[in-house]
Amino acid sequence: MMSSSESGRKSTLSDFFSLSGATGPLIGLLLLCAFLSFATDSFLSFRNFLNIADQITVLGIMAVGMTFVILIGGIDLSVGSILALSMMVLGYLNVEAGMPMSVAITGALLASAVAGAVSGLLITEFKVPAFIATLAMMSIARGLANMITNGSQIIGFPTWFNMGAIIRNFGFLTMTVAVMLVVFVVAILFLRFREEGRSLYAIGGNPEVARLAGINVRLTTVMVYVVCALLSGLAGILLAARLDSVQPSSGVAYELDAIAAVVIGGTSLSGGTGGVVGTIIGVLIIGVLRNGLNLLSVSPFLQAVIIGLVIVLAVAAETFKHRGAR
Amino acid sequence: MMDDTSLPILSLRNIRKSFGPIEVLHGIDLDVRPGEVVALLGENGAGKSTVSNIVSGTILPSSGEMTWQGAPFAPANPREAIDAGVGMIHQELLLLPHLSIAENVFVGRYPKKAGVVDRKTMEERAHAGLQRLGLDVSPRRLVQGLSTANQQLIEIAKALTLNARLLILDEPTAALGGDETTKLFEQIERLKQDGVGIVYISHRLEEIKQIADRIVVMRDGEKVQEFDSADVPVRTIVEAMVGRSLDRMFPDIPTPQNETVLEVRELSSALGSFSEVSFSVAKGEIFGIAGLVGAGRTELVRAITGVDPISGGQVLLDGRDISPRKPWDAIRNGIVLVPEDRKQQGLVLSHSIAENFAYANMNQVATRGWVTKSKTREFAERGIETFGVKGQSHQNADEMSGGNQQKTVIAKWLARNPRVVVLDEPTRGIDVGARSSIYDIIVGLAREGVSVIVVSSDLEEVLGVSNRVMVMAQGKRAGILNREDANDVSVMELATM
Repeated sequence: MMSSSESGRKSTLSDFFSLSGATGPLIGLLLLCAFLSFATDSFLSFRNFLNIADQITVLGIMAVGMTFVILIGGIDLSVGSILALSMMVLGYLNVEAGMPMSVAITGALLASAVAGAVSGLLITEFKVPAFIATLAMMSIARGLANMITNGSQIIGFPTWFNMGAIIRNFGFLTMTVAVMLVVFVVAILFLRFREEGRSLYAIGGNPEVARLAGINVRLTTVMVYVVCALLSGLAGILLAARLDSVQPSSGVAYELDAIAAVVIGGTSLSGGTGGVVGTIIGVLIIGVLRNGLNLLSVSPFLQAVIIGLVIVLAVAAETFKHRGAR
Repeated sequence: MMDDTSLPILSLRNIRKSFGPIEVLHGIDLDVRPGEVVALLGENGAGKSTVSNIVSGTILPSSGEMTWQGAPFAPANPREAIDAGVGMIHQELLLLPHLSIAENVFVGRYPKKAGVVDRKTMEERAHAGLQRLGLDVSPRRLVQGLSTANQQLIEIAKALTLNARLLILDEPTAALGGDETTKLFEQIERLKQDGVGIVYISHRLEEIKQIADRIVVMRDGEKVQEFDSADVPVRTIVEAMVGRSLDRMFPDIPTPQNETVLEVRELSSALGSFSEVSFSVAKGEIFGIAGLVGAGRTELVRAITGVDPISGGQVLLDGRDISPRKPWDAIRNGIVLVPEDRKQQGLVLSHSIAENFAYANMNQVATRGWVTKSKTREFAERGIETFGVKGQSHQNADEMSGGNQQKTVIAKWLARNPRVVVLDEPTRGIDVGARSSIYDIIVGLAREGVSVIVVSSDLEEVLGVSNRVMVMAQGKRAGILNREDANDVSVMELATM
């Protein structure tokens, strides 16, 4: 697909699986799994792993989009609100307006993309700092999501929609998890091997160098925010399938989880280094940790404290490693 | 200057420094007397900065002795060195742009009255310091927006208000034009009269000859030669620096062909930095652009390469209007820019050499948009080999020396077989050895029929490599000189028009 020669294909395959700097987080994840396997009876089971996979779908997809944004040195605080907006548009079009699901999904994704494009244009054309532009979008999208039903939830999706999140095809794969896996694979391929993907690293490394090298930094930046918003919208649709309902208060503070997963996975907040493989590990760390702490009956409040500590630990370890390498 | 009664302010005896098992300074002796300028010369990595860092207390020597005005001297940190009277002016100016000049001069040691900062005293003393250097600006002005030369003077004023007896200037003229350099030298002369000892580090040998009283040449952590006067031929100094005899600095330059490749017609900047500039460059021609800082040279070439917007006029390639609106428009047509600041504009320093190559050549390392690591690596390795870059493709750009970084920036473009290569300050901050190999690359390009534009503040460089020199003054074309007519006098006459 990518290279005609046999040797080229081999190195391409190893490129795909290479951890590229995410070894630290992976070791952390393995240690965590080992600990939980001994500390609980139910952690180490196929069934529990399937549960974890279900639980991380929404976060996983959002974190991929967040990885793109953080890679170019940006930040997107609006993803949680865009998720809610996408859900409400979906519910409105499908249930209230009685349109077919295909139209509803298209509408939901379109609304998300528009929100992302607005953020991107504010950042590139009006030079609003990404933090501020997406903070504003966070408020706007949340407000719009609430306006659709005046704050109330929508139920009454077709049965098959919810079944997509429940039925395990071939005994293990729900529709929602399958979508997440496809997003992961496409994102890894894109970042590792596509011209445009490599350009994101250049922009994050130094936007002026990228511009002088002939890369269209403005357009790429807008597209990154659009893609991030699209993925949030997609995550919203999957969340709607899992909950079999939509409500405008969904996804509050999800942006923080997404940023945490990206950062735990070793992507630098200043941009230019990191990648989706690290983020997947970061998502898994958060997912496994939540799951394990629940199995250990740790209170949700203490869980929040522990996750905070993990973020600090991950970033400190990375900084320490870099200092050691110097 | 060689008055035997004047006790050295600073003496270094057998100073050694090791980082881990590697010794980088092998027993340095150095004396600086009051009122003299000692030039410290050497290629990058010769140990000049290590010496100045030891004197200014930033790092501790592994062994050896220092005396300061006759007494033992061993600063454990910069504070102690400053208190003793060592003023260090770093190459990268360490000023706070959003604070006033007075605040910058006194940062960390604000004069106080009843516990609060005494602004009046602070401003008066800052003003006195600035006046001593002949700089007449209000101490309340923000540092932001001041010229580099003036910022340099503020750093010096800062050191002087600390009663510095010894000033270390690290490449003070790297970002200065000829006029500003002259001003700085006047101030240095004044400081000499006051009995301040000065250690002057620079790559510009012509300057050294003007300003220095003695020259100390270092190579590979050793003092290799000391000249008791600056009246030494440049070649002798350079040979001491590089440790071999140099045939010549500039290679012979080829004769350009008749065919015009690039034509610039009455080009004006949308930012107002230059207007109605016209010139043309022939195939295989090396076209120099000279002028003072602020004359609009950098802005002109940035506009030609699509980096900055243009408000009027045209850029023609082979007679076709290609006036670029963005960098890609120029690159696509084979006009590439090696920018002024390689660290901020030329390379992503935290990324590998291979990646830096790829960013400028995406369509060549990718097949139908798909990029593979192996192809990226092969591509970069070819470039590294062709241009003799000392480094490996997987190394990060910031692990290389300035000269090799610059070669990488040039090499990444040449893979595109460009028609016009524009180099802005191609050898700024690069040591002598690497410099001549960059000149070889420039001349090699011209031989192959590439048109080359070289912008430089280093007059000797522009005159040395160019077939013709365009001089700019205040955003206008002041004149174009043929190689035979171009010399420092004719260029400076036009530049100060």
